[in-house]
Amino acid sequence: MAAPIPPVVADIAVPAAAPAAARPTWRRLRHNQALLVGGAILLLIVLVAVFAPWLSPHDPYVQDLTHRTAPPVWYDKGTWLHPLGTDQLGRDYLSRLFYGARISLLIGLSVALISGLIGTALGMAAGYFGGGIDMAVSFLVTTRLSVPVILVALATVAIVGGSLWVVILVLGLLKWDRFAVVMRSATQQVRSLEYVSAAQAAGASTWRIVRGEVLPNVVPHLIVIATLEAASAILLEAALSFLGLGVQPPLPSWGLMISEAKAYMFFSFWLIAIPGSALALLIFAINLAGDGLHQWLTPEDKA
Amino acid sequence: MNDSGIVLDVQDLRVDIDTPRGPLHAVRGVSFQVRRGETLCLVGESGCGKSMTSLAIMGLLPRAARRSTTRLAVLDEDLARAGRRRVNALRGNKMAMIFQEPMTALNPAYTIGEQLAEHYRHHRGASAAQACERAVELLEKVGIASAGQRLGQYPHQLSGGLRQRVMIAMALMCGPELLIADEPSTALDVTIQAQILRLLADLQAELGIAMVLITHDLGVVARIARQVAVMYAGQIVEQGPVSELFAAPRHPYTEGLLACIPVPGRTAPGTPLGTIPGVVPSLVGDLRGCAFHDRCRYTQPACRQDVPVRQAPPGRQWRCIRTEAG
Repeated sequence: MAAPIPPVVADIAVPAAAPAAARPTWRRLRHNQALLVGGAILLLIVLVAVFAPWLSPHDPYVQDLTHRTAPPVWYDKGTWLHPLGTDQLGRDYLSRLFYGARISLLIGLSVALISGLIGTALGMAAGYFGGGIDMAVSFLVTTRLSVPVILVALATVAIVGGSLWVVILVLGLLKWDRFAVVMRSATQQVRSLEYVSAAQAAGASTWRIVRGEVLPNVVPHLIVIATLEAASAILLEAALSFLGLGVQPPLPSWGLMISEAKAYMFFSFWLIAIPGSALALLIFAINLAGDGLHQWLTPEDKA
Repeated sequence: MNDSGIVLDVQDLRVDIDTPRGPLHAVRGVSFQVRRGETLCLVGESGCGKSMTSLAIMGLLPRAARRSTTRLAVLDEDLARAGRRRVNALRGNKMAMIFQEPMTALNPAYTIGEQLAEHYRHHRGASAAQACERAVELLEKVGIASAGQRLGQYPHQLSGGLRQRVMIAMALMCGPELLIADEPSTALDVTIQAQILRLLADLQAELGIAMVLITHDLGVVARIARQVAVMYAGQIVEQGPVSELFAAPRHPYTEGLLACIPVPGRTAPGTPLGTIPGVVPSLVGDLRGCAFHDRCRYTQPACRQDVPVRQAPPGRQWRCIRTEAG
């Protein structure tokens, strides 16, 4: 019945594994300008934050009321003693800017971490198991979305008082909604692919599949959301500090610096422009790096 | 290991799916056995329950589907009554599955080598070096040139045919006794289809494993199977050895299917091919009698009652009230 079986021939001559294919990532990094530029700016800001005590020309907390609102060096009256001038209490503005980077990065990182953990766990559980768990998570997300962050922050600060850790916790425990939504749909998408069934057919447990098969394929989405959320947390902290609900003086947060300078902005414009520009640069760098990372990590593009 | 060499024993397998209009009986009492070194082809049109049968055997049914069976044994171990842990230990190790769609059946985030090695190491506790050696050996067995280099490649760097070969190699990593292939060649182009099927037939014969091949292509059946089971509306309507069944179909549906195939030399150009009138019945709700009765040209009132399963040597079975073809 069955015809004699001719020998198997390999389908096609695939270009025998170009050397580039062995190390896909480093080669592609060079062509990824978004990641290079964003990463470079971000690295610079991180270095400044880490080495702030050695880089700062002055103590950021020491007031010198005889040198209040001294202009930066590029103004006529500016001096190299205070390269970026001083604030309304005579504190060195460059030093405060350096120390402020620590606060912003700390907030961005820890809020993204806390909310990322909560949101990813919820979203992946909802996307993978579906059914009742999905409904419960969706309900949680809608409930969370109906709660305005600023209002909760206001209430919390009124009850326990404002501090750096209160800001981090409030933002971290509130901003997981986007992680959950995106992780849910990304997980649903991956879950329906055959390699998940194939892993089940190969005897992998649910935990192994979620961790080993699904997670690596949703990480690119996770990175993008994490960078967006980190940037938005930094901005929210600035907003909260501006409203007096966030980081408390005399800590040098960039938002607080803008807030404290708002009374002087018509006469000493740099007081508001310098921390504002720093904030904008940081957000820009994070978003750029996030975009670049996404491109770099997306598995389909590995070539 | 039992003496009879029965690797897969399925008795009265049923799969029901809950729908808003009531339960959909996707698989209705399917029974078959596959012995070591034997290939069983499950054939049937789309929606006849052949994929559901394979998923039910592997325990991969969608959440809405319920499985019930009197016996579902792989190597004498009843999967329907085994714990989850035990089932996971068997899956991938003693029983493996090849999927229809090679483009999505490999995880894009890992290299071929990582994916081949993973489950082997998991089941066998082998070292990375051993797993790598085994992977190269199997990639060569499935006809992939420069296997060592392929290990470092990602799935998107391979063509569809190569991916399906990798899938076959992956299924064979742990040396399974039972291989279920769900339309392994459907997603490939025609020339590659033939190669993959030949490869599967070769490997099956060489390794002496039991294979269940699911297909809707009767040409495939004729070429590689010894046993065939024709499914219609969730039931096996006829099964038996390929040559006898093709030569003298007993069930009117099998007869109709065979009439649809053009035979080179016998089907004259310009003459219409055979068709089966009517449509497949809905499988929702209570079903009685022969599912094919409203499309059958031999239909009679008794077809609406329960239909007996008739048997005749050599190992032929069919569900029809008629005792002989004709």
